[in-house]
Amino acid sequence: MSQTYLPGQTRQGERILIAIAVVLTLLFIVAPLAYIFVRAFSEGWRVYAQNILDPATLHAIWLTTMVAIIVVPVNVAFGVVAAWAVAKHRFPGRGILVTVIEIPFSISPIIAGICYLLLYGRQGLLGPWLQANDLQVMFALPGIVLVTMFVTAPFVAREVLPLMQAQGSEQEEAAVTLGASGWQVFRRVTLPNIRWALLYGAVLCTARAVGEFGGVSVVSGNIRGQTNTLPLHVELLFNDLNAVGAFAAASTLTLLAVVALILKAVLEGKRST
Amino acid sequence: MSIQISAMTKRFGKTDVLRGIDLSVQKGELVALLGPSGSGKTTLLKIIAGLEWPDAGQLAVEDQDWLQLAAQDRRIGFVFQHYALFPHMSVRDNIAFGLSVRPRAERPGKSVIAAKVDELLHFLQIAHLADRYPGQLSGGQRQRVALGRALAIEPKVLLLDEPFGALDAAIRRDLRRWLRGVHEATGSTTIFVTHDQEEAFELADRVVVMGAGKIEQIGHADAIHDHPATPFVARFMGATVDLPVTLQAGRADGAGLDLTALARRALPDGAARLLVRPQDITPVPDADAPWRIVTRMSNGAHLRLVLIHPDLGEAEADVPRRAVKAEALIPDATVRLKIEGGTIFPRDQPQHATVDTPKTTPTRLESSR
Repeated sequence: MSQTYLPGQTRQGERILIAIAVVLTLLFIVAPLAYIFVRAFSEGWRVYAQNILDPATLHAIWLTTMVAIIVVPVNVAFGVVAAWAVAKHRFPGRGILVTVIEIPFSISPIIAGICYLLLYGRQGLLGPWLQANDLQVMFALPGIVLVTMFVTAPFVAREVLPLMQAQGSEQEEAAVTLGASGWQVFRRVTLPNIRWALLYGAVLCTARAVGEFGGVSVVSGNIRGQTNTLPLHVELLFNDLNAVGAFAAASTLTLLAVVALILKAVLEGKRST
Repeated sequence: MSIQISAMTKRFGKTDVLRGIDLSVQKGELVALLGPSGSGKTTLLKIIAGLEWPDAGQLAVEDQDWLQLAAQDRRIGFVFQHYALFPHMSVRDNIAFGLSVRPRAERPGKSVIAAKVDELLHFLQIAHLADRYPGQLSGGQRQRVALGRALAIEPKVLLLDEPFGALDAAIRRDLRRWLRGVHEATGSTTIFVTHDQEEAFELADRVVVMGAGKIEQIGHADAIHDHPATPFVARFMGATVDLPVTLQAGRADGAGLDLTALARRALPDGAARLLVRPQDITPVPDADAPWRIVTRMSNGAHLRLVLIHPDLGEAEADVPRRAVKAEALIPDATVRLKIEGGTIFPRDQPQHATVDTPKTTPTRLESSR
């Protein structure tokens, strides 16, 4: 940011605006975050540890991690391939593909969840077939993974696509004339050029995959110790009037988010150099 | 490697980018594709490289059909206008790239590659830049690295797209001479694209003038300069003044024009057009003449005069500022135009060369001095 020096009155106005921004940030972002930890530790370390080590909470942490471990690599691959196809090639339906990539951003996750329920659920379109083949999609890990994948699909593509478009295809063309195969071009030229944007997209994708609530709540069935992801578990504990437990579970999610934020800041710096 | 291109066409959507190209380039020749932007010269270069594919036509190199060959297998060196260096690799790794991506069986050993890169770095006079990254280099240095990267694979054909387009004038001149030296030392067949006629004429053995997807003229610098084949080439070569004349018994005549300096021509009688460079027009004060000077601008060495004729419109003339009669050439003076040289085309000759009909032999009107 460049700072402009303006006459006294305006600088006063500037200060007031900054003060308002700071107060609002403290009030609406920092205070609630801090309060999570205050409440989580309100009955001491021991109770906090007990709550975290509760089997249902541990299972929720494990399940959420599993979902992220499956979803993020798939979406990284999807994002790179989609961005590459759109940025470096001209084909019919290219514009439609760009729009399709954006769809999950504009659809409420809960609607995505309901769509999957209508498609894969017991009464759904594919329900009878799935049942006949003994495949459980809804109210199980596959359903949670599918919905999370849908919701987080655009993150990587959105970061990588503009960069690829700005870079054009000349470097790839140069590599081809020098005899590089398709895979060599990708690994030695395309990938190094997008690596920071790709990591940045992966961090955003992870943060969202871990925190996804609405869509997952429809398809998970909220079975404690089985299909309860961490955000769902927080709500469950809260509804059980176990406030300390809820805040303890929430603190793990918050920590994850803070780590993601720090990574994001670091990567943003790298990306702009 | 000799290159044979025949009947090549290419469309992008509704635009005909190439409209029937026939061209042959000899082994070891240095050829320039010269033309304004949009003339299809870069597309032609990319087709030779295998980065674009024609809709129809043939491309044969040493009697091998290159349209059956992927770009990877053509062994060409391509230098991009903006160099397209790999920003995450050092100069050394950029140059080594083409060797290091070869299939394992054909790939030279690490030390062989390193030696080859060192040799090129010295040859291109950039040894001191070996460990820098492209972002730390000047335009001229990048140009050399790009050329080094292309030469490392010992290309059969070297293709350069506007090789000096992004450089300033002084570096351009240096690099031009240097590129000529590189071409001679490597003995490769070289084709480069440019829109700068000075660059094309100074560097190339032969110049191919392109306009709107067709080859307008192929020849040596002098021939193209003195005998433009079409009105398009004449204009592109600077003959921007287009004057209507009448031919009778080989003599041209025109309103307010003194054409005595032009020799007789064997062209049919009737309406014709005369294309002249502004510097080949000498205005001579003449109270009864139909041309009137509208503006007079000086760039120090030359006066640029804008002249107007009541029926024919405007024309421009360049006169040395220190010429004997220059003081008399002031706005509102009436003048006749003495034409020192130019090219006459029949009135109905199309602007561009046509593929189907044989070209009308252009006739240069030599100065009789």
